[in-house]
Amino acid sequence: MTATGIGAPVRRKEDFRFITGQGRYTDDINQPGQTYAVFVRSPHAHAAIKSIDATAAKASPGVLAVLTGDDLAADKVGGLICGWMIHNKDGSPMRAGGHPALAQGKVRYVGDHVAVVIAETYAQARDAAEMVVVDYTVLPAVVDMVKATQKGAATVHDVAPDNVVYDWHLGDKASTDAAFARAKHVTKLDIVNNRLVPNPMEPRAAIGDYDGGTEAFTLYTTSQNPHVARLVLSAFIGIAPEHKLRVIAPDVGGGFGSKIFIYAEETVCVWAAKKVGRPVKWVSDRTEAFLCDAHGRDHLTHAELAVDDKGKILAMRVKTKANLGAYLSTFASSVPTYLYAPLLSGQYDIPAIYCEVEGVYTTTAPVDAYRGAGRPEATFVVERLVEVAARQLGQDPAAFRKKNFIRKFPHQTPVIMAYDTGDYSASLEKALDMADYKNFGKRKRDSARAGKLRGIGFSAYIEACGIAPSQAVGSLGAGVGLWESAEVRVNPVGTVEVLTGSHSHGQGHETTFAQLVSDRLGIPIDQVAIVHGDTDKVQFGMGTYGSRSGAVGMSAISKALDKVVAKAKKVAAYALEASDGDIEFKDGRFSVAGTDRSLAFGEVALQAYIAHKFSGQDLEPGLKEGAFYDPTNFTFPSGVHICELEVDPETGTIRIDRWTAVDDFGNIINPMIVEGQVHGGIAQGVGQALFEGAHYDKDGQLVTASYMDYCMPRADDLPSFAVGTTVTPCPSNPLGIKGCGEAGAIAAPPAVINAITDALGHEDVTMPATPQEVWRAVQKAQRVLAAE
Amino acid sequence: MASVSMTVNGTAVTASIDPRTLLVQYLRETLRLTGTHVGCDTSQCGACVVHVDGKAVKSCTILAMSCDGAAVTTIEGLAHGTELHPMQAAFREHHGLQCGFCTPGMIMTAVDLVNRKGGALDEHIVREELEGNICRCTGYHNIVKAVQAGAEAMAGAGQPIAAE
Amino acid sequence: MYAFTYSSPKTVRQAASALAKSEDGKLLAGGQTLLPTMKQRLAAPPALVDLSKVEGLAGIELKGRTVVIAAMTTHAAVATSAVVEQAIPGLAALAGMIGDPAVRNRGTIGGSIANNDPAADYPAACLALGATIVTNKRKLPAEQFFTGLFDTALEPGEIVVRVSFPIPGRAAYAKFRNPASRYAIVGVFVAKRGSDVRVAVTGAGASGVFRAPALEEALKKRFSPKSLEGISLPATGLNGDMHASPEYRAHLITVMAKRAVTAAIGK
Repeated sequence: MTATGIGAPVRRKEDFRFITGQGRYTDDINQPGQTYAVFVRSPHAHAAIKSIDATAAKASPGVLAVLTGDDLAADKVGGLICGWMIHNKDGSPMRAGGHPALAQGKVRYVGDHVAVVIAETYAQARDAAEMVVVDYTVLPAVVDMVKATQKGAATVHDVAPDNVVYDWHLGDKASTDAAFARAKHVTKLDIVNNRLVPNPMEPRAAIGDYDGGTEAFTLYTTSQNPHVARLVLSAFIGIAPEHKLRVIAPDVGGGFGSKIFIYAEETVCVWAAKKVGRPVKWVSDRTEAFLCDAHGRDHLTHAELAVDDKGKILAMRVKTKANLGAYLSTFASSVPTYLYAPLLSGQYDIPAIYCEVEGVYTTTAPVDAYRGAGRPEATFVVERLVEVAARQLGQDPAAFRKKNFIRKFPHQTPVIMAYDTGDYSASLEKALDMADYKNFGKRKRDSARAGKLRGIGFSAYIEACGIAPSQAVGSLGAGVGLWESAEVRVNPVGTVEVLTGSHSHGQGHETTFAQLVSDRLGIPIDQVAIVHGDTDKVQFGMGTYGSRSGAVGMSAISKALDKVVAKAKKVAAYALEASDGDIEFKDGRFSVAGTDRSLAFGEVALQAYIAHKFSGQDLEPGLKEGAFYDPTNFTFPSGVHICELEVDPETGTIRIDRWTAVDDFGNIINPMIVEGQVHGGIAQGVGQALFEGAHYDKDGQLVTASYMDYCMPRADDLPSFAVGTTVTPCPSNPLGIKGCGEAGAIAAPPAVINAITDALGHEDVTMPATPQEVWRAVQKAQRVLAAE
Repeated sequence: MASVSMTVNGTAVTASIDPRTLLVQYLRETLRLTGTHVGCDTSQCGACVVHVDGKAVKSCTILAMSCDGAAVTTIEGLAHGTELHPMQAAFREHHGLQCGFCTPGMIMTAVDLVNRKGGALDEHIVREELEGNICRCTGYHNIVKAVQAGAEAMAGAGQPIAAE
Repeated sequence: MYAFTYSSPKTVRQAASALAKSEDGKLLAGGQTLLPTMKQRLAAPPALVDLSKVEGLAGIELKGRTVVIAAMTTHAAVATSAVVEQAIPGLAALAGMIGDPAVRNRGTIGGSIANNDPAADYPAACLALGATIVTNKRKLPAEQFFTGLFDTALEPGEIVVRVSFPIPGRAAYAKFRNPASRYAIVGVFVAKRGSDVRVAVTGAGASGVFRAPALEEALKKRFSPKSLEGISLPATGLNGDMHASPEYRAHLITVMAKRAVTAAIGK
């Protein structure tokens, strides 16, 4: 391992600009002649629009235009799309209602886009937006997803009169039911997976620009996948042909899924830029982010686990209602289906699994992928069921898990996935050791003496990452392939630019990807530049989400590097007057085997470009190679997290005392960055478990629309984390990488809730376990104790 | 419009502004110092923290007019050329940032903390003092380590190293 | 924010006359509540009179058995004042629990009490310590000053100049924070002066800060957390929201009172 190669904790190349205030986020960019867009948003959860009167707004100082859904329709601008088709149990397609970028006839959630005001300044646009008079006929809100599908509920979209988007299932019902029928023990749980708001610290933003001379558009936006944004805006929404639309996602301040999607605002900015003939900028404030960024999670589940008399799991049965919100966001349909149910086997050998999912429309913000996307929901179901089953059977939860772990690989689960490799006992053993599990009893007694209730909770998670083999996802309904692209450009002096379809918004690709190049080409890391986030510079790529950039994005780079080395060997052979087969490449030098004749990488690059030593007919000049890498399988990161906490029974306050994480991410390029990803994921998972919950009132008003009511984890809410790894290299990609971005968010929630319920002695605790909720649960525990 | 004069990162600046201009808007839009960020509307996230007359304040919750005559330091004024302030260096060394959006406010808050409380900071104090700065990426683990290391480095350098 | 006219007077008299010129004009103290409210367009004062340049409006003084804090003194200044720490450590601790460090560097005691947010901390201290609020026109005991939700006895054109806190025998504040906003869900300030005990509660009351006679009577008998064991206050008249029901708040009042008494005895 070199100081900057694979496996080294290289300090990040991108940090200098961020720590000196020189990052360049979308809102940091101003275009000459720029105008400002402010959206008129629905104050109602559900209403018909009778009329929109923009007369006063248009007359307000500085206003250039007030545009509505009618203008979009007149320009034949298409609606926003959902790119994953889900089929019902009977084989019929899901029922997806239209999703115009500006409302056409009806609004369906508070914050829905009614009109846009474009003015010379932000203040003028905001002043004028308040003057747009919208006459609404208020319709009944549909907030509760259970009531939404009951008789008498208002209809959100006519295409789905009962508000059911789809009624989907996976697995073998008959064999599952049969296993339950013969089970000695059945554990049953009702589970709420609370609704979350992603909250990257940088709010979304967009600048649309139109060049009349070239008839070309540019969109600067906060995107995790600029090419997908361009594809959707051109091919589906129809604003501009793909070659006339450039999408730039500069520095992006976190995404966590919420910046995958193609939203109304950026669509409108691009379209409006041509209408007003000036660049149009929109920057979300935090309230708009709460109202309109796609939310995450929001499942109600009944789950059952069948166990035999020896404590061996026989089967699992799961019935889930998933709130999809008012419109189907870009990948919304896939999250509670194919990103969820295939993970229900967890780390366990479960012969039969059957899962039913009902996707439901409500008059709330659209719900889509948020860090983990479906996999945290699945893991929460599995790890709560397993924990409770162990307790009910009087078995140690760690031992019960171990007994049921999958031990032989590859392992075909009953729910699509074929796990390739892993060693689940190894990570559990290491975690138990790091957490000092054997002395937990003593610590619990010490806490009790201080009037506190101490609990410990486990979470043995698995995730399917490195998404994904294109054929496989195509067969499941995806509208796109999920390969990744890379291009390695070697300059004549031997410096290297790597153009990648992955997008970094905090993950540190500029460093990690450069480490791979440095390692493979034997050149210093500062001679490598990673280029991403601009569709005019980079060939089509799929972007960053689903912990895919290492496993898929870097594999594409690896493949391109192989081609570069192969070509360079040919160049070196000419330059060194040897045959191709005799050229060896090691530590950045091409040498003729068995001789002392050699050339450095940079010298060969120069030879490739000056092309003096070979004929252009025999070998093309230059040194630049591209690759598209399509994975052959998902990757399966796994691990064990252990949460140990204290409950203050007087107030319901929880203090996490220690957190242990042992993860198997396969091979690791930069352990410092990987640990950082784990820390951040745990914080978001703990946030879900203890603090965060999007809450709508009965009228569909979002009560938690700012940090005053939506509780973001702060530094003083969290402990430091003890993080370790075990390694089973991924066999399906050239680097052996599994992916690490979502692990913490997936693992953490059940670990926390298992710890709280362990402390309290009963299972009735709902996320987020706020002090009030825990205090209620403490009261219940005391009543239970008193009754015994 | 009204006239306001202040010193920003050591340079005297005067401008005619709408009185409703917040300091952060003045810094970002008028002076184009875009290192100071806006992450919320309710004065909680701390992405906008700068120093006014040597004290950390949320620049989204102070009028530019109120800073007439004041000395303002932003993240851009912390390093001397390419020589990083010890707190900046500590954030890089300890991987105290990921997306970088909260980072300027975190660093300005951390420098203010050390100026007030000195270089020997235990984890508990650091965590409490960061309650007005929200980070969504790091889980704070490495930020806390960075602040502790940066504090030690500042103390070792024997002076409050803020540029003001 | 809506547009407004701005002035920055140098004296209290000038400030009062600037305020008198605009019917709905507002004083700008530290701005840590007013500016966020205006940013969200929930308040639209046509004029702001900035007190930050008014001379002599900041500072802390010990006058006999009284701590006098000028209106524009920041929370940070109170929290770190040697005078306050020595005389009423519970008040210094309270100031150190308001908002966050950056907010404490701007937010002021005068601004806080003039706003009388039902979840603000200072009103509890004022009431329990028997503070006197001094304005440019008169002196008001705290009981008469805080009149209801976001409501005070301040008349148009009246400006808080300073607050006088008589030094108690023992005093402390215990706060149960809203996990999101960090305002008080329940804050209890306990002060003992001779045989008199006052317990003031913020955050919980539907009409703002209030005293808890049941707790006071129990503590007058014996100033110990044990005296409060088993006292459960009624939930009627208490706030309820998604973070804390009236019942939970009622429970927390007793718990926080016990913790405040423990802290007061410890000091």
